[in-house]
Amino acid sequence: MADYQTYEHDVLVIGAGGAGLRAAIEASASGVSVGLVCKSLLGKAHTVMAEGGMAAAMANVDDRDNWRVHFSDTMRGGQYVNNWRMAELHAKEAPDRVRELEAWGAVFDRTKDGRILQRNFGGHKYVTVVALLKDGDRVVGAFAYEREHGRFRIFKAKAVILATGGIGRAYKITSNSWEGTGDGHSLAFDAGAELIDMEFIQFHPTGMVYPPSVRGILVTEGVRGEGGILKNSEGRRFMFDDIPDNYKDQTADTPEEGWRYTQGDKNARRPPELLTRDHVARCIVREVKAGRGTPNGGVYLDIAWIKEKISKAPEHIKKKLPSMYHQFKQLADLDITEQPMEVGPTTHYIMGGIRVDADTQASTVPGLFAAGECAAGINGANRLGGNSLSDLLVFGKRAGEYAAKFAQENDFGQINNEQIEESAYWSLEAFDRTNGENPFQIQHDLQDMMQDLVGIVRNENEMQRALIGIEKLKERREKISLTGNIDFNPSWHTALDLHNLLNVSEAITLAAIERKESRGGQFREDYPAKVAEFGKINFTIKKGADGEMKIERVPIPEMPAELKQVIEEMG
Amino acid sequence: MAKATFKIWRGDISGGELQSYQTEISEGMVVLDAVLQIQGEQAGDLACRWNCKAGKCGSCSAEINGNPKLMCMTRLNTLPLENPVTVEPMKAFPLKKDLVTDVSWNYEVKKRIKKFKPRPPDAPAGTWRMFQEDIDRVQEFRKCIECYLCQDVCHVLRDHEMHEQFIGPRFLVYAAALEMHPLDTEDRLQDLKDESNIGLCNITKCCTKICPENITITDNAIIPLKERVVDEFYDPIKKFLRLFRRSPKKDNE
Repeated sequence: MADYQTYEHDVLVIGAGGAGLRAAIEASASGVSVGLVCKSLLGKAHTVMAEGGMAAAMANVDDRDNWRVHFSDTMRGGQYVNNWRMAELHAKEAPDRVRELEAWGAVFDRTKDGRILQRNFGGHKYVTVVALLKDGDRVVGAFAYEREHGRFRIFKAKAVILATGGIGRAYKITSNSWEGTGDGHSLAFDAGAELIDMEFIQFHPTGMVYPPSVRGILVTEGVRGEGGILKNSEGRRFMFDDIPDNYKDQTADTPEEGWRYTQGDKNARRPPELLTRDHVARCIVREVKAGRGTPNGGVYLDIAWIKEKISKAPEHIKKKLPSMYHQFKQLADLDITEQPMEVGPTTHYIMGGIRVDADTQASTVPGLFAAGECAAGINGANRLGGNSLSDLLVFGKRAGEYAAKFAQENDFGQINNEQIEESAYWSLEAFDRTNGENPFQIQHDLQDMMQDLVGIVRNENEMQRALIGIEKLKERREKISLTGNIDFNPSWHTALDLHNLLNVSEAITLAAIERKESRGGQFREDYPAKVAEFGKINFTIKKGADGEMKIERVPIPEMPAELKQVIEEMG
Repeated sequence: MAKATFKIWRGDISGGELQSYQTEISEGMVVLDAVLQIQGEQAGDLACRWNCKAGKCGSCSAEINGNPKLMCMTRLNTLPLENPVTVEPMKAFPLKKDLVTDVSWNYEVKKRIKKFKPRPPDAPAGTWRMFQEDIDRVQEFRKCIECYLCQDVCHVLRDHEMHEQFIGPRFLVYAAALEMHPLDTEDRLQDLKDESNIGLCNITKCCTKICPENITITDNAIIPLKERVVDEFYDPIKKFLRLFRRSPKKDNE
């Protein structure tokens, strides 16, 4: 065995956001030993930024009889290519998972999981995983480097849960932090697991566009929920111009009705600003392309206008949207109670990810489980606002439960020394090169390219160019040279993350090329319509014998009659 | 485009110094943008922590021109750019490398505070009823993003280095959130007096002043806790009555 410090856990959880923590709690409660590793300080993962969204999900799911509504909404939002079993489990179990948090002391408190964590776990480590270790077909651990001093670590585990979140950093404009580099997606792919639905990426319609340095930072849907309206440079409320047929019945006819909806009138229908995120994002792109955008390439999001409707509007806005008020005041010198914001789409969430079994969250590789954003199925072609946090809890718990069960039924596997030596060599070789490229520059070029060629509006020609571009970037990655040493060295970390970003970028592009239609998060200008045939299949991606990416079509299993009926009844 | 000079602390536990970097600045930039730009173009191994870049995760705490701040929320146009901008790591914690400090002490302190202990559920379904007024008070404390700038600026920790004795403003806020939680039944007053040494805080309010979430740390969390401790242990009438009791009885039992 190589001379690296080795840890043993029954279950190893990679990622300490909501899904990872919930999985770790559950596995730990089953009586197995649990190790938790993450890239950032505990409590800084993206989950903590979505607290507002959770409240929305709660209101949605708190009624016990309501799972039918929640289920059919999720399926409709996902354009029916979801894993229906996951959508069913999610709708049924979300209320219990949310209630549970209250008993743990959370009034949606960022420390809720931390507290439990400190009570139950063997410990956590700040490391980045570079490879999953295999014994034959089975995953038996992980090989990682410690961020602080760069030392390698071996984690032996009977079962591994990936809970690594998203891929936003493959794009130039994103709401994701540096961590969203698709690590779990890429580790699973490299270990032979299948990815699914990788073409479906959610571009959140409202990110900040100005000033340039904050481009992409999220502007919560809550602004529109409180009555905020979208306008183009001509002052027109353009969302009323394009309401999809299947949403006409549920959308307000007049601005007046939309306003009443935001103020809680149950007889009013929602304003078109609150249509699905993919649709709103595309409408914004259309306005900007037609020359009706703002000076900085967005559209206006106006909440200040509500002073026409209510007295003390500025106080009301500050009370309802305190975080947005401060965000714009501090970062953009803009008072949202007086002026409209400039907003535009930002890469926010990937619906696609590791293909898992709905009940157990097991991937297609034995011993490997996944939960949260890096797993796929529940969201289909598009995710509804608020569904992410409940997804983390429901499927985090299930992943923890079934990974623990797997650990109880299986022994530790054999660690393959050769694989470790290879990974260690691969990780460090850029330090031996001189006069090579800077990894930050390659990452930057990849982000530019994905933004331009595989963004919100896609076509065959551009995506074929992207595939060629990705190959070139892979070659450039092989020629990176690094300065400094392995002590907390961001350029080294970036060089290794780049491998993951290139993997997910290729998977996204391949799948987006194959799906020759428009559905949910995928919009093809060369195939703008939805095609019934594509509604019956998902695309999976797997490593072929020569290491190349293989894409396949898999049919969506027939939905049971009772669930079909729920969808029919709920409309 | 204009350039500005940044003097960034480079080094580790064995020593280091401020190094000068010049970088181009553009409209709306914050200090974190400049640091990441320098990292990307000139100093690939410059270590710093950051995540959300929107003041919501509390990772990028540093001392900018000597003031404890979040790098992501400090705009360059609020600084006098005719002079170099100094960026240094927090001083109340051990240095790891460059702008990164070892904040693990905070996680250890948190473990020592007695956990949330709710009263039995009000309804058979395992749910409770709470009033919004009661929640509101606690919500202020839950805005905390654990940037630890209040710990950094607290003179008990920063100047007197009493990390062994004193838990610091962050964890007094945490204890207040638990003590004032409408469902909680645990009693932390003895610990606050003897283990946390709440008495060491002499309410200079430096923590309140620098809190990026504008939590009224001193007035709303620390002073009410101090009052509770005083009521419990230093009230002369209670002390007198206690002479006639075999064991002290807690109000909330």
